[in-house]
Amino acid sequence: MANVNYMLRGTAACPGCPIPRELNNILEIAGKDTVLVVPASCSTIIMGDDIHGMPSVVPVVHSPFAAPSAIASGIKAAMNQLNKKGNVIVWAGDGSTGDIGFASLSGAAERNEDIIYICYDNEAYMNTGIQRSGLTPRGAWSTTTPEGKREFKKPLPFLMMDHKIPYVATLSIAYPFDYEAKIKKAMTISGFRYLHILSPCPPGWRFDPSLTIEIAKLAVETGIWPLMEYENNKLKLTGPSILLKDKSKRKPIEEYLKLQERFKELSDEEKRLLEEDINAMWLEIERRMS
Amino acid sequence: MKTITSLVGNHAVAYAVKQAKPNVLAVYPITPQTTMLEKLADYVSSGELKAELIKVESEHSAMASIFGAALAGARVFTATASQGLLYMGEMIYWVGGARVPLVAAIATRAIGAPWSIWDDHEDFLTKRDAAWIQLMAQNVQEAYDLTIQAFKISEDKKIIAPCMLGFDGFILTHTMERLELLDDSSVDNFIGKRDFSIIDFDNPVGIGTVAGPQTYMGYKYSIKKAFDGAKERIKEIMKEYSEISNIDYQPIECYKCDDADYLIAAMGAWSGDARVAVDMLRSEGKKVGLIRIIMFRPFPKEEISKYIKGKDILVLDRDYSFGSGGILANEIKSISYNLDSKIYSLIAGLGGKDVSEKEIKTLAEKMINKELGDEEWLM
Ligand SMILES: Cc1ncc(C[n+]2csc(CCOP(=O)(O)OP(=O)(O)O)c2C)c(N)n1
Ligand code: SF4
Ligand SMILES: [Mg+2]
Repeated sequence: MANVNYMLRGTAACPGCPIPRELNNILEIAGKDTVLVVPASCSTIIMGDDIHGMPSVVPVVHSPFAAPSAIASGIKAAMNQLNKKGNVIVWAGDGSTGDIGFASLSGAAERNEDIIYICYDNEAYMNTGIQRSGLTPRGAWSTTTPEGKREFKKPLPFLMMDHKIPYVATLSIAYPFDYEAKIKKAMTISGFRYLHILSPCPPGWRFDPSLTIEIAKLAVETGIWPLMEYENNKLKLTGPSILLKDKSKRKPIEEYLKLQERFKELSDEEKRLLEEDINAMWLEIERRMS
Repeated sequence: MKTITSLVGNHAVAYAVKQAKPNVLAVYPITPQTTMLEKLADYVSSGELKAELIKVESEHSAMASIFGAALAGARVFTATASQGLLYMGEMIYWVGGARVPLVAAIATRAIGAPWSIWDDHEDFLTKRDAAWIQLMAQNVQEAYDLTIQAFKISEDKKIIAPCMLGFDGFILTHTMERLELLDDSSVDNFIGKRDFSIIDFDNPVGIGTVAGPQTYMGYKYSIKKAFDGAKERIKEIMKEYSEISNIDYQPIECYKCDDADYLIAAMGAWSGDARVAVDMLRSEGKKVGLIRIIMFRPFPKEEISKYIKGKDILVLDRDYSFGSGGILANEIKSISYNLDSKIYSLIAGLGGKDVSEKEIKTLAEKMINKELGDEEWLM
């Protein structure tokens, strides 16, 4: 298994796009008896076309934008009825997950469907050319927020914890051990598992493709993207985020912001509001941990 | 072996579904379909039907989940109406394009705004271009029989397409009628084993993968060819079914049209009223016949053309394409252009407006007397 590339090289992903690596590391653990359900997104394109074939070595079911949770529910139901074993994994962008497909995601989570739902969050509708989503952070430029987004980032991981599902985790490809441990953990649990990866996007966030991992890392180090895990109704921080509960240990958010042109026009006032969002998020984590 | 009983339409369809032994169901409540969903839930919870009923949070998800289940090899079913069918719309086209065998029953109902829970055919007909086989029942018996046939038609190797059964909201869904039920083993033998599964871990493929301008049209053409070929195969399947049920099934039914000078064309429950109108007209010596459409897609062009040459035809539409005309009337017009027939379009019964045999008779008389306009609305 170790020698298999689950995502073959040469995909249509942009230079510096973390998606192929993120997927490969998931499939390496999930193995060949896995089916991916992929809604309309950059990943639709990355999964190839009918002439050139697909990079995935496991079956891929393409899904309308709002439908992946329900399609995955149906696949799993059929497998149960027909006594087939295998993993059903949704691989969806933030727009599908938090906006148009949210009702369907919520429904599947509330029914505790036995599927793994993974949101790769590049914080906008990238496939259609960088429009804001509910998960775009405050202050970020996009083609539909030319002056910067005025609203906060919808807190999907918390919302999913509130569905009382067996497992919720946040991930970053900059921390592969933490990343893989969470995928492995998710594989051992049955019921609805929700994993949320912050997935930096060079053209959408306006940074140099060589900086993807650095930016992913800074998101964690500045406390913007806390790595955490929710299981048996309990929330805990994981990896480097454990120490970051202490605000003084976090790097200043400027280090993260200044590498991305999407925050170029951020005013001091907006930066203050963004910091408030982050503080509020950490308070919420503490509240949920106690 | 047949059992004689009486059931309301929703329960008759639920019973047919139970006999078809689907593995996965997903249904969302909407009037006038809901009592079917409840019946199916009873069957599943009592163990009479060994299947998973996914209690989805919307119709979009109902169709999406049975699509997923169908890809993984399950026989599947859903049902809806009106707003629910529209809400499902994206998935309806998706499964049509993907050519996945599955069955949906549509308890026909008007579309808002304004709100109406009552019957017409608009919802069913909005899906006429979605690459679905579409059948429409006239009574509870047909709703039962066509549901069973729908499973076989949709899974047939020469067809492979989703199949939709329409049956009139309340008029059939909630009306109790005498019903002849087949025994389970006859249904088993008739439908056969499902042999369709695409998700295969040893042979991984992409399903619904991007197709560029070089190939997209090819997929659409293959559906067209499948639909062209499906007609003959559906006739054979209907004949096979007729042999076990002793009820004759064909894509269209012709009632007294062989020697008719005038025709009425209709589909669905009110065809029964049209039939009574034909009898009344015949008793007065007026040679009127009825063409009833049972298979709406693929549209039985050749079958209908056989009867309409040179005839005046009153086409009953419980639907309307705004800016164009009655949908069934338009369909029939499209095959009558060089057959020298004249189509009179009657728009009636929208949103549950009652239409009587007498009214149909009167309109047919007006047609005979050349007093009818090209399009009349029976208000
Ligand atoms: C119903 C529907 N509305 C709109 C679209 C157009 N669309 C395709 S992908 C996309 C954005 C996807 O955003 P996200 O889920 O964040 O994935 P990303 O492209 O960022 O990877 C949109 C709006 C669509 N395919 N279907
Ligand atoms: S736009 Fe962003 S997410 Fe999409 S392929 Fe390019 S880098 Fe990846
Ligand atoms: Mg996105």
